[in-house]
Amino acid sequence: MTEIAINIQNMTKRYGSFVALKNVSLSIKDNEFFTLLGPSGCGKTTLLRTIAGFENISEGAIKLYGEDIAELPPNKRPVNTVFQQYALFPHMDVTTNVMFGLLQLGQDRATASARVTEVLDLVQLTQFANRLPSQLSGGQQQRVALARALAPKPKVLLLDEPLSALDLKLRQAVRQELQQIQQETGITFVFVTHDQEEALTMSDRIAVIADGVVQQVGSARDIYEAPLNKFVADFIGETNLIDVVVTDVSQGNATCILPGGEKFTCPAAAGAVAGSGHLSVRPERVTLTKPGKGLLQGITTRQVYLGTDMHVDVRLDDGEIITVRVQNSEGMIIPETGAIAGLEFETGAARLLVD
Amino acid sequence: MAGLVSKSTSNTSTYAGLGPLLMLPSWVLIGFFLVLPVGMMLIYSFLTKEFRGGVIWEFSLAAYDQFFFDRGLFGDDPPVIEWTYIKIFWRSTWQAAVATFFCLLIGFPTAWFIATRTGPNKSIWLFLITIPYWVNLLIRTISMKFLIRDTGPLNEWLLSLGVISEPIHIINTNFAVQLGLFYSYLPFMVLPIYASVERYNFSFSEAAADLYASRWTTLTKVILPFVKPGIIAGCILVFVPSLGAFLAPDLLGGAKNFMIGSLIEEQFKGNAGNWPFGAAISMILLSIVLVVLTYYARQQGKEEAR
Repeated sequence: MTEIAINIQNMTKRYGSFVALKNVSLSIKDNEFFTLLGPSGCGKTTLLRTIAGFENISEGAIKLYGEDIAELPPNKRPVNTVFQQYALFPHMDVTTNVMFGLLQLGQDRATASARVTEVLDLVQLTQFANRLPSQLSGGQQQRVALARALAPKPKVLLLDEPLSALDLKLRQAVRQELQQIQQETGITFVFVTHDQEEALTMSDRIAVIADGVVQQVGSARDIYEAPLNKFVADFIGETNLIDVVVTDVSQGNATCILPGGEKFTCPAAAGAVAGSGHLSVRPERVTLTKPGKGLLQGITTRQVYLGTDMHVDVRLDDGEIITVRVQNSEGMIIPETGAIAGLEFETGAARLLVD
Repeated sequence: MAGLVSKSTSNTSTYAGLGPLLMLPSWVLIGFFLVLPVGMMLIYSFLTKEFRGGVIWEFSLAAYDQFFFDRGLFGDDPPVIEWTYIKIFWRSTWQAAVATFFCLLIGFPTAWFIATRTGPNKSIWLFLITIPYWVNLLIRTISMKFLIRDTGPLNEWLLSLGVISEPIHIINTNFAVQLGLFYSYLPFMVLPIYASVERYNFSFSEAAADLYASRWTTLTKVILPFVKPGIIAGCILVFVPSLGAFLAPDLLGGAKNFMIGSLIEEQFKGNAGNWPFGAAISMILLSIVLVVLTYYARQQGKEEAR
């Protein structure tokens, strides 16, 4: 059984009457790359800051490898943070910045020095050891921040949107590097981001957070393929949400009536109930068929050419727009704008969500 | 038209001729307000004194000689070191240093407090700090004198509270002078430190705590080095005018607690004065300040070059 690195139980954080985090419960496993994903203002950074100790929690418990740390000040917690704007000490050179935590832990200079060389090597900054932060590029500063946080060998490394200040190309390179460092060091990473692509490509598991509530926890695949609710389905990737009337939910399957009147059976998210609901179908898993065939009928309203594929919007009778993603290939058949088109879902592609 | 265009393609050639003209205001300012008055004092310090004030245009080292050496009542004894003025210098330096220290002690937390306020509160606090400057320094110093004298409100208040049984004697002591200097120059400490703290990013403190630093270490290793330029600017702005101040020592210190400022003032006042001597004291004071500042600037330069 894998050890639990961080265990958060029924944690609530209030600022006056504003509730930033509502009854959050999370288990982050040892040696895991765990991502807190959500739109800005959802509470993901607050959650990270409660783990670091910068914010006190109002209710609940936080345990780090079984030990209750809720009352410990940040300098007593064996976790380190990579800050969003890096927060490198401007008057200290790279070496001094990285050594800071080691000396505070009471290591002697020789030991600390050896460790600094080691981590600077890990982030490939050895030749910049004597530079001041202001003499480094954004990407280099980011790596110093990483080295500084890794140097004391924390039990958990917290990363607060560390890539958001980098340009796109660099961000993609650093993503790989971060993953690699996580695997090499074996340290548990808790990574905060609002960028779903970042979350999907890097994480072992993701917690999707909105309005201070954890919406869903799972692997990238779980969250993309089997979203629990409308928010998750909509926030991660693109999706079509179709209004349906659910007649029956049993054993993980739902029977519902589609807008055209067609009866349809599909998997249902845990907790979905009968009544009016929403189906989620990813655009790439909808196929165009001949008029009159398929589950839904509509009028083609728009085609967008994207190179690798093409987006076709089809308007249903009730005004809903379904987007279909057609891969660019020799035999691709695209209906003209204004033409009637039929729509079919791939098996298992449509899911009933919790509303 | 074509000529105009080709002329303006090179910016340097267009403005090169204007350079000296644009410098003119600065040169006028520096010349009129710095070089002329200081130069005049420098020259006066090497002239012979006129008995009813003023100078005789005749070269003499008498002023400097008077400062450093005692040649007896008639000026023909073998010279011995004259300690009177050196002592006054030393006392002034000490008084200014104490005032600077207390300004820093109170000014830093005050500046920190203001810089960490949010929204309009910040402007209100800053405004309050500058309010005393609406009143003339002389008047403020005199009010301070009334406040702290033996029968003043401070003593009466303490007496009525029963904290003391007889008035504390504050007026005409060293402490009164320090208090006066502290009161006069405190805002000069607060404002530059405020400007430094304002730029401080509080995530540095969080980063320090995250890296296992105590609050004290965070203060000494992270915060103070960051706001050091503000602290040094504040110390200079308080120390230098305190050193030459004459209102506070005159009004609050009485005759026994003479400082350089009063000594200089006396040389230029009325008929008893000695202009060359006053000018010489000013020059010596200026040299000391310059030496200290140059030393500091060198150190600073070395640190930055490191």
